[in-house]
Amino acid sequence: MIPLPPMAPPGVACADALACDVACFPSREAYLDLVRAWREDGFEICADLCGVDYLGHPGRDLPEGVVATRFEVVVNLLSVSTRRRVRVRVQAGDREPRVPSLFGVYPGTEAMEREAFDLFGILFSGHPDLTRILMPEDWEGHPLRKDYAVGRVPVQFKEAPGPR
Amino acid sequence: MSDVIPETTVRVAERVDRLTAETSEGAQGLLERRVTGSSELGREVGAVLRGTGLALDPRDVDVERRDDETMIINMGPAHPSTHGVLRLMLELDGEYVLRTKPVIGYLHTGMEKTGETLSYVQGATNVTRMDYLSPISNELGFCTAVETLLGLELPARAIWIRMMMAELNRVASHLVWMATNGMDLGSTSMMIYGFRERELILAFFEKTTGLRMNNNYVRPGGVAADLPDGWEDDVTVICDTILERTDEYDELLTGQPIFRGRMEGVAPISAEEAMALGVTGPILRSTGVAWDLRRTMPYLAYDQVDFDVIVGTYGDNFDRFAVRLNEIRESIRIVRQCVERMPRGDYRAQDAKVTPPPRARIDESMEALIHHFKLFTEGFQVPAGEVYTAIESPRGELGCYLVSDGGPRPFRLHVRAPSFVNLQAVPLMMRGGMVSDAITVISSVDPIMGEVDR
Repeated sequence: MIPLPPMAPPGVACADALACDVACFPSREAYLDLVRAWREDGFEICADLCGVDYLGHPGRDLPEGVVATRFEVVVNLLSVSTRRRVRVRVQAGDREPRVPSLFGVYPGTEAMEREAFDLFGILFSGHPDLTRILMPEDWEGHPLRKDYAVGRVPVQFKEAPGPR
Repeated sequence: MSDVIPETTVRVAERVDRLTAETSEGAQGLLERRVTGSSELGREVGAVLRGTGLALDPRDVDVERRDDETMIINMGPAHPSTHGVLRLMLELDGEYVLRTKPVIGYLHTGMEKTGETLSYVQGATNVTRMDYLSPISNELGFCTAVETLLGLELPARAIWIRMMMAELNRVASHLVWMATNGMDLGSTSMMIYGFRERELILAFFEKTTGLRMNNNYVRPGGVAADLPDGWEDDVTVICDTILERTDEYDELLTGQPIFRGRMEGVAPISAEEAMALGVTGPILRSTGVAWDLRRTMPYLAYDQVDFDVIVGTYGDNFDRFAVRLNEIRESIRIVRQCVERMPRGDYRAQDAKVTPPPRARIDESMEALIHHFKLFTEGFQVPAGEVYTAIESPRGELGCYLVSDGGPRPFRLHVRAPSFVNLQAVPLMMRGGMVSDAITVISSVDPIMGEVDR
């Protein structure tokens, strides 16, 4: 496990993650500062940002002091110069999930945050262009939420009456 | 980097005015300047890092230009050069591109949502359809994530088979890129050649996996089948042929004045810009950053084979071409070493939890039949946890973020598609270029829309 960067905001919990060196769990307030501190610490690339909807999950391991919420934003940072990875998991909220946008730190998160907004309804404060990216403009709902059912088209047999 | 962060406004269609309402779906498209926010404008003109280092400085761009001086045109989603259904909206001043905005989602089929309803056994059939030019890489990324959660050790042969197939797939993918890139530049002979050579590899895939594309060959625990008899000869012929033909392409294109004129110095991108935008793969390497996950964070047995990481210097179109052309040669080198050093043994882990019994056993053993049936109907359970694994696909870092709740299906399956992220570099590369260069820019970014939209 690698230590937090020197500029990290106080009160960030850490835990070992499976496939990377460290996962840290900032509060929503400390999130942007923590990511900025990692950026200063040599993490040049934000490899991935995605949302997770934990509705119906039996319970996940979180370090002490972190209150689990339904939505989580997971950021995977990558350091090219030191060959390290780090994962930042922030609890985004339950009813109206909202976290600060990382656009000012990593411009490359723009499309990923739009995707998380589109598919989960997570709002990113300060994002320049928060529109749907994969779904049509007038789509209702956020498809990757767990309470959004998987659509199915019934199998149509030759002789059976059609769906209409 | 501005310290004042404005509150989010989710832009909806009401804000769209007359012009864009007639031509587009609305808010997702490129809007007139007077209704575009300054930070978004900065992004669209590619001002990501201009001026003050890594900061976004909206004052640095030509925000003062009036709308009646420019024209917004739409390119795609059915434009042949967009390699699928990419739609670009361009703001033009005469023939020069000022702003660009890629509009995507035309191929969105909800594969991540589908992935949550499929068991881990079925999962590979889903992800293999994302990047349809390098299906093996997709399967590899997914299976690596599953195996990490399972804590599964693979036999050496499975690792080397995976590595050989992934490299052959990289060659096939780069050949298609060479072909389509040639076609975009008007070199139709290159198109024929690229697809012809790729067919050699696809024929071998068909022989091995049963399918030319969407192979579903890499599965959790190993691969689906052992290599066919005489595979060494097949692969050696492929290597010899393609290596010889790459020299021909080199002769055909590299020194060709028209080709060089259209590629050299066009759409350069710096290493800092590329990294800030999250760009990986050949585009990042063309800027001079020797970042190749096969070398820098080795997976499979890439630390045991000998190959070079190809880097460019200027990060322009020509460097991206050169990097890909030479990566074909390096991949062939790896494949040759795989042929020489392929270990004997099992091609999948003998872990009854994830591996179905051999076909012959099913005929004689009731237990084997039940085992087989349970594995393919219910699947196997994966310990709860979350994991992010990344591999080097032909287009860059292909990551798989997997959350398991301990059940037989992923709780959340997220694929970090390299093309999706690389596409963000398009506005930056397009800026200031001609419309005709726009074609070569799209081509050199090599977006695969199946992967972008998922």
